[in-house]
Amino acid sequence: MPAVQDRQHDYMPGAGEDALRETPLVIAPGHTFESINDKISSPILTKRTPIGWFFGFAIAFAFLMLMNVTIGKLLMEGIGIWGNNIPVGWAFDIINFVWWIGIGHAGTLISAILLLFRQQWRTSINRFAEAMTLFAVACAAMFPLLHTGRPWLAAYWLFPYPNTMTLWPQFRSPLIWDVFAVSTYGTVSALFWFTGLVPDMATLRDRAQSKAARVIFGVLSLGWRGSARHWQRYEMAYLLLAGISTPLVLSVHTIVSFDFAVSVLPGWHATIFPPYFVAGAIYSGFAMVMTLAVPLRKFYGLEDFITMRHIHNMTKVMLVTGMIVTYGYANEAFFAWYSANPYEGYMMLNRMTGPYAPFYWSLIAINAAMIQLFWFRKVRNNIPLLFVLSLLVNVGMWLERFIIIVTSLHRDFLPSSWDMYVPTRWDFAMFTGTIGLFLSLFFLFIRFLPALAMFEMRTIVPQAKLQSDHHG
Amino acid sequence: MAEFETPTALVAAAERARLAGYRNMDAYSPIPIEELNEALGLRRTRLPMLVLAGGIIGGLSGYSLEYWSQAIAYPMNVGGRPYHSWPHFIPVTFETTVLGAALCAFVGMWVLNKLPMPYHPVFNVPAFARASRDRFFLCIETTDPRFDRQATAQFLESLHPVGVSEVVP
Repeated sequence: MPAVQDRQHDYMPGAGEDALRETPLVIAPGHTFESINDKISSPILTKRTPIGWFFGFAIAFAFLMLMNVTIGKLLMEGIGIWGNNIPVGWAFDIINFVWWIGIGHAGTLISAILLLFRQQWRTSINRFAEAMTLFAVACAAMFPLLHTGRPWLAAYWLFPYPNTMTLWPQFRSPLIWDVFAVSTYGTVSALFWFTGLVPDMATLRDRAQSKAARVIFGVLSLGWRGSARHWQRYEMAYLLLAGISTPLVLSVHTIVSFDFAVSVLPGWHATIFPPYFVAGAIYSGFAMVMTLAVPLRKFYGLEDFITMRHIHNMTKVMLVTGMIVTYGYANEAFFAWYSANPYEGYMMLNRMTGPYAPFYWSLIAINAAMIQLFWFRKVRNNIPLLFVLSLLVNVGMWLERFIIIVTSLHRDFLPSSWDMYVPTRWDFAMFTGTIGLFLSLFFLFIRFLPALAMFEMRTIVPQAKLQSDHHG
Repeated sequence: MAEFETPTALVAAAERARLAGYRNMDAYSPIPIEELNEALGLRRTRLPMLVLAGGIIGGLSGYSLEYWSQAIAYPMNVGGRPYHSWPHFIPVTFETTVLGAALCAFVGMWVLNKLPMPYHPVFNVPAFARASRDRFFLCIETTDPRFDRQATAQFLESLHPVGVSEVVP
């Protein structure tokens, strides 16, 4: 058998010794439909919840409560409790918004783009990556909404509907494009996620022991019975949704970058922004998938399904997108010099040597230098180290948004309007609060819904293969 | 309704049933099987056309909303830009196109599949609980012109299934 073919079939045990030795499998050998069903659905259908789950959920929930307190305080006193003020009108709100939205992008990339490219390794990580997308979009949406100060009025500021004042949103503003991009993104991600869940709900319905679980999963499965006619339309819809989501995910971060690029501020007004932002989004998103996948496979014993192959591939995606981001940094410096524009030049000098320079050099250390470690197989095989590095990547990407937003705003054209930005404790309370929201939702998700897509996992085991002699 | 252990057996059985002249039948499986579409003689789905229509409608309504609100309902001069400043209208038009297409794909798929459906006779067969897990089923409907209680049951037996059962409505 030629080597190329071996690679295509390397999920089959014994399909080429070389393939086995070189690349780890997408799924450990010896699994059948029932072993997959059992492994994935037993943590959901069991009555016993592991004590570690309660422990983790309690911590996450405490931070969620901190977020609620912050929102309460914010609505009573106004956004003066935060550190942002003119000239830095956009600070933590937009940093965290862009950070969360970026994290979400990896989920769509895994579920949609890798599906179109027929990457088999996506099947065992797509479900929880999509959940991550949804939760990250929810966290992201909080920030601009609360930044308005009076979110109950945001309805007519943001959405076009015939209101009694006959006001309409300003469609020439990138901020309105953002509203449409993010709300479309959230909606389509939710539809995609739910569509993927339905056949798994049917499996859970048929495996559930308790009456309550049967009823709940029965309702959620919409009466799915696995009919060939249904599967045909289902597969078509799934493929179409993937095809639609692919340009969508690219457009969302492009539009987020337009918030900056359409303005005339030095450091923001650059054509490199859309691809640079999209790459940064995927980079940070894969880091978050890694951060979630490492504990998930450890505590739920999913090493057979989330194999070293997945870990390696995720690392490689981070390496590639991290290098694109580094190219973006290099380009920013090049533009500043080549444009010969004194404001652009000063912006770059201020980033490198100004009051926020330590942040700039930390982000370069992480996003440009540290990721070069991913070239080494030894690093890619060291899971605890990868976990730490993925956390650092998220820190690095957060710092990148901080630098882009704060340094460009705090010293612009007029030295008389220069000022410093310092976040307050409520800024941090809100930020850590959304992390609490994200983790709380994720804990609930892994307890009550299948974290891995059972029906898609079933299609990659040998039991699903048609024996070719059936025609004869 | 006959029960099989492997997808291969199901596809072979569906092909034999079709050759025997049965038309009103359906297969049930825990995984999508592309080969079944041909074996059962299923027609291509109309879904892609629906999605295309949804995208076009979404895009047109997005653009018209922008044109109408910016140029007719609430014209506002922003830095001397024309009221109908079409390049600014592209991002939102793109997003509404995507939204229209995605909603059509989602709603269209469930409506064409006639789901949610809270009750279906196949669930009355106890063995059918494994259709969502690891077993494959071929069901010949009573509405088929060639359906005959005795002969069809015998025919299904001849396909060497794990078991044959009758679906009671």
